[in-house]
Amino acid sequence: MSPPLMGVEGGGQGNVSLMASSASMDSISQKGLGLKERNYLGLSDCSSVDSSTVSSLSEENKINLNLKATELRLGLPGSQSPERDPEPNLLSSGKLDEKLLFPLIPSKDGICSSVQKAVVSGNKRGYSDTIGGLPEMKGSMFSEGNWMFNAAVTDSETQKSAGQAKFSGNAGMNVMLPSGLSGTQPTTVKDGPTKASQERAHATNGTSHNHNKVNGSNNNTSPPAAKAQVVGWPPIRAYRKNTLATSSKNNDEVDGKPGPGALFVKVSMDGAPYLRKVDLRSYSTYQELSSALEKMFSCFTLGQCESQGAPGREMLSESKLRDLLHGSEYVLTYEDKDGDWMLVGDVPWE
Amino acid sequence: MAKSFPEEVLEHVFSFITSDSDRNAVSLVCKSWYEIERWCRKRVFVGNCYAVSPRILTRRFPEVRSVEIKGKPHFADFNLVPEGWGGCVYPWISAMAGAYPWLEEIRLKRMVVSDEALELISTSFCNFKVLVLSSCEGFSTDGLASIAANCRKLRELDLRESEVDDLSGHWLSHFPDTWTSLVSLNIACLGSEVSFSALERLVARSPNLRTLRLNRAVSLEKLHNLLCRAPQLVEFGTGAYSSELRPDVFSNLAGAFSGCKQLKGLSGFWDLVPAYLPAIYLTCSGLTSLNLSYATIQSPDLVKLVSQCRNLQRLWVLDYIEDIGLDALAASCKDLQELRVFPSDPYVVDPNVSLTERGLVAVSEGCPKLQSVLYFCRQMSNAALVAIARNRPNLVCFRLCIIEPRAPDYLTLEPLDAGFGAIVEHCKELRRLSLSGLLTDRVFEYIGTRGRKLEMLSIAFAGDSDLGLHHVLSGCESLRKLEIRDCPFGDKALLANAAKLETMRSLWMSSCSVSFGACKLLGQKLPRLNVEVIDERGSPYSRPESCLVEKLYIYRTVAGPRIDMPPFVWTIDEDAALR
Repeated sequence: MSPPLMGVEGGGQGNVSLMASSASMDSISQKGLGLKERNYLGLSDCSSVDSSTVSSLSEENKINLNLKATELRLGLPGSQSPERDPEPNLLSSGKLDEKLLFPLIPSKDGICSSVQKAVVSGNKRGYSDTIGGLPEMKGSMFSEGNWMFNAAVTDSETQKSAGQAKFSGNAGMNVMLPSGLSGTQPTTVKDGPTKASQERAHATNGTSHNHNKVNGSNNNTSPPAAKAQVVGWPPIRAYRKNTLATSSKNNDEVDGKPGPGALFVKVSMDGAPYLRKVDLRSYSTYQELSSALEKMFSCFTLGQCESQGAPGREMLSESKLRDLLHGSEYVLTYEDKDGDWMLVGDVPWE
Repeated sequence: MAKSFPEEVLEHVFSFITSDSDRNAVSLVCKSWYEIERWCRKRVFVGNCYAVSPRILTRRFPEVRSVEIKGKPHFADFNLVPEGWGGCVYPWISAMAGAYPWLEEIRLKRMVVSDEALELISTSFCNFKVLVLSSCEGFSTDGLASIAANCRKLRELDLRESEVDDLSGHWLSHFPDTWTSLVSLNIACLGSEVSFSALERLVARSPNLRTLRLNRAVSLEKLHNLLCRAPQLVEFGTGAYSSELRPDVFSNLAGAFSGCKQLKGLSGFWDLVPAYLPAIYLTCSGLTSLNLSYATIQSPDLVKLVSQCRNLQRLWVLDYIEDIGLDALAASCKDLQELRVFPSDPYVVDPNVSLTERGLVAVSEGCPKLQSVLYFCRQMSNAALVAIARNRPNLVCFRLCIIEPRAPDYLTLEPLDAGFGAIVEHCKELRRLSLSGLLTDRVFEYIGTRGRKLEMLSIAFAGDSDLGLHHVLSGCESLRKLEIRDCPFGDKALLANAAKLETMRSLWMSSCSVSFGACKLLGQKLPRLNVEVIDERGSPYSRPESCLVEKLYIYRTVAGPRIDMPPFVWTIDEDAALR
């Protein structure tokens, strides 16, 4: 802050032409030197008799300072960056459009130098445009506020987190657009991919994007959760969509491929940390199925025993284990195509 | 300067020139050639029904016999164009009814066809022979009944994938018993059952029948009745291909199929039951086209079938075929030119089948004539795309849909810029490209500079900034159709390349970053473009100019702004500034 001060002091003496102040200036200047020697900053905390004049001088200094400071800012309305942007898009809208309308080749430099900025503003375009005004400027206005996205964009230079960075950048855009635009845009359906991509962005790096999806499906036999659909994506014609929908209804509602071959079903046990899949076609009776499931989930049951603190049981025999499974609250149930929970065993195996 | 040849001679010479672009070139040579050519042009293709008016068409070409017209933009297939947008064919039929009494063929795509239009067709053209309605809508089986009843010389009725208000199957019975000229019938899109006996009689009295595509309602047991009566069939589409396994049904069917010695194409196969597949094994060696895209059968059955089709040129199949099946395809079908793999369960996050990029790479390696690809999958890598590009530089159409938007290279997590860049670099004859996956502006730089023959480009969820769009619009010398959704492309690139838009048929942009102000500018400055803003939120004039438009459709036209716009479409013209 000192250079302007010094400048102002000198300038103040020149610029301020009020008689009264100049008189005080003259008186100060004699003492100002003294002030300068004592106090490097030359302001405020001198408590001499001349403090009033000093303070008036300092106020003038301050005023001058403020003027200068505002001078700097006025050149770039809304922009925080110190450099002045020579791009034509900061001109009035009329000029902007005339210049860019006729297909003069936009200078490569102009575009390249603003690529970084353009990338940011591109990402922010949706949100910024709702405020109104020229997109380019608003983009840079948000470059400070949304540092996270800025960082994400610059990270894109580094290959490693390119995927994630792009996700967060684009996720930002996707999130912004629906909230920015009012009206009947299908915002709900757009939430699907944005949520997914946001979760991806926040998840640990390096994993394939499939792992981080929130499937939300812990049910036994329901199909894997479908994410909220974006309108018209994937690009499949309505006729094909409808045909496939009716075809799948005709097939088994059990999770797994329709038709011959393995019929895999998800099985979950309440409290187990992960689910299992069994091939229904490899069993021929319910008894086989239930004993296979018992074996599969026995490891969890053992743990259960100990946590329940069954006294004195260090060795568990098979029969005791079976008793535990049957006697406990575990029963085999499945969810049928109507979404109802059914007890296993009522319907003949075939 | 005397004419070098009498008109009749020139006309005769011109009659050998059938391609539209050649005809257009001929008409530009000189005024007399323009005149001669326009009087003898018999076939006209209108790629955008709003680019030219019916009046202009009939005034310039008085002797047209065959017309093909396209209506809605391609993204209408995916519900991106709101209902009621336009593309109504009635004004065309009405104009041609007066001007072309000898009209023989009408082919329409993505147009709204009313029953009144169909009736007008059936009564206006005494020589009417061919009606093809591809992805059309707006008519019912009543309209079909008028066609059936009145078009005595009809040869071809093809309703490909149209949306028909199916009131009853009775319309088929309106074909008179004296009518024997049927060559091609495609009713696959109809839901309700047509009278089978009427169908049988129709087939029996049509010795020239080459193409018959039935709808789902025709049951398997009855197929052999039709096939036996039409052993000369070249293309056949079954109905629902499922039934309880009965030996008599099977042997009838197998016998009937083996009787069709000319069979080259099969389709249909809804609800396919694998047990009945062997019935067509005898036809496999002659098959060049197989559409199994509604058949929900698994890879082993598909492999068995496909390995027998040594002469297959076109295969449409569901992703149940899996990588294993595609390996078998690559090994067996060396003549394969077109492959389309559709997703069986596109809305599920996790893959339900083992179909990955490896399948496509295998086919690109094994099938030297592969030209056209449409592939839905859940993972892709730059390495795979580069391999495909190197293997198959003769690709003409490459449409890849990675189901998750913005999915990166699953191996490196990088954008797929390098992969698609390799495609446009190596495949120098590429005319159509659809992108997907994670893509930055860089891929558009590659496309702009290397996609010299690219005519149609589809972009979704890609790019970082206006630079991407600028690359495409300032490059791609042959670009005719550009469709974009959900990309951060905005005013700058559009305005800087405004002149390019007059060299293209159309540009579609939805959910991008184009402001209404830019649309106004384009509309005002370029009168030969129709700049249509589609916005269901209400008039864009009621919002600030910087507000983004929902959807934008820009196309070149000599017919001026259209007059049949619904309330949610605004055309910007010179008067826009006054409003």
